[in-house]
Amino acid sequence: MTPPVDTSADEILRFAGVSMRYGRGPEVLSDISLSLPRGSFHFITGPSGAGKSSLLKLIYLAARPSSGSVRLFGEDIAAMPARDLPRTRRRIGVVFQDLLLLDHLSAFDNTALPLRIAGHKASEYRNDVAELLAWVGLGARMDALPPTLAGGEKQRLAIARAVVNRPEILLADEPTGNVDHEMALRIYRLFVELNRLGTTIIIATHDQDLVARSARPVLHLEKGRLRPLPPQGPVE
Amino acid sequence: MSEPFDPTRWRPASFLPEEDARDPALLFVVAVLCFLACLTALGVIAGNRAAQGWASQLTGEATVIVRARGGETPDAAAARAAEALAGVPGVTEARALEKEKAYALIKPWLGDAADLDDLPVPRLVAVGLDNKTPATAAALDKALKGHGLDAVVDDHSVWIKDIRHAAGVVRWTASTLLLLIAGAAGAVVAYATRAGLAARRDVVEVLHLTGAEDAQIANLFEMRFARVAAVSGAAGAVAAALLGAILRMVGGGQGITPALPIAWMDLLAVLPCPVLAALVAAVAARVTARRLIQRL
Repeated sequence: MTPPVDTSADEILRFAGVSMRYGRGPEVLSDISLSLPRGSFHFITGPSGAGKSSLLKLIYLAARPSSGSVRLFGEDIAAMPARDLPRTRRRIGVVFQDLLLLDHLSAFDNTALPLRIAGHKASEYRNDVAELLAWVGLGARMDALPPTLAGGEKQRLAIARAVVNRPEILLADEPTGNVDHEMALRIYRLFVELNRLGTTIIIATHDQDLVARSARPVLHLEKGRLRPLPPQGPVE
Repeated sequence: MSEPFDPTRWRPASFLPEEDARDPALLFVVAVLCFLACLTALGVIAGNRAAQGWASQLTGEATVIVRARGGETPDAAAARAAEALAGVPGVTEARALEKEKAYALIKPWLGDAADLDDLPVPRLVAVGLDNKTPATAAALDKALKGHGLDAVVDDHSVWIKDIRHAAGVVRWTASTLLLLIAGAAGAVVAYATRAGLAARRDVVEVLHLTGAEDAQIANLFEMRFARVAAVSGAAGAVAAALLGAILRMVGGGQGITPALPIAWMDLLAVLPCPVLAALVAAVAARVTARRLIQRL
């Protein structure tokens, strides 16, 4: 299968022959080439250790490729000066696999964090944060600390934090990994809604059922390489 | 039942957990260092005052040793020397000391048994000098020789030089001590910053990946440790001021000893301590945090 390539002018992400390794370890990604248009919705699938999280790390600028080039928002990230990285990161929303919620901060504070980092005044975003938390179903838990939230609530809080500053691209690493089927669907619908509003979505997941139901394009990784998606069984 | 959350009354919480700022060991160590720094400063001020006092006393006077010649009695020679010196510009007073004072000076060497009247004991003339334009030793010597007197002038310049030298040594030693204490405080804060960053790596990572600049993250640690150091500095300064006040009260106007005369005003010297401690801590935390964050 030819790696998915989109040559439209409104391209948000392009990988060209990208490989990556941690330190002196083996390659975790090899010769990845892809191009994603702005406003698209993709899943990244593959078995554990296939390189899904590493691919996302390259996109949210937590790692650099060992070879090849990554262009994000039209800029080559290898050539990007270190001082520009924070500003670029603010254009990306990430739902981390382990959520990375700050346990000492309330749900409201956790959600407001990207806006505070970006230097906005509390008066400018107070109502927006409250509305967003209500939208993800946490309107009654705004002052709750993460350790007191249920698994699904934590996931939605992490999503709220990832989208609060209206990122151009949203990355989610196993966002439905620890929730039941019904909650997984609710979370998926949140992503669909965000995508409808113009956000480019990339979700790394093991959830084949979700992938099959969504009928969205899939980037399938095996042993660090993009491979054709294996034939899927019927969805139950 | 608790009140429902009101977003309009929400105030942003600190990115770093508040309990991290209450590390008792760090507070104690910085407070002790500040206490030692303040005591050193008080000691320097008091020592400096003592040295200046002694030097100004010695500068304002000279001593002339007069030996009688020919048939002249020692008392007569001393009286004549005092008269000759009184006319020298820059001399405010010249007074021949009684023979008992001269005897008292040499008694420790000769003991009570010696009959000092049989010995040619020289007499002393105490000379008061003008503080603004004191007469020089050469001018006094010239006046004495002009009157045919066999005399030696001691303007105390050797003693003054020694006192000033000793005061300088004390100042340099104290400055070195203060620098060492500041360095130790900086090292302690750098260590605490490193530990704080390691303990809060999750927070740093989230801030970093959410788009915080290195300076923003470093600033959190800088402000946190500056506040801790300011509180500890205040505690150390208060403790040092209290000790200084006790020494002042116990020792009366001259302090605990005449060698260390502490004045009430000296206690104000501890006031900059919290600010200086905060500055040292802020710089140490900033440098350490930035270096570690850049490695992320």
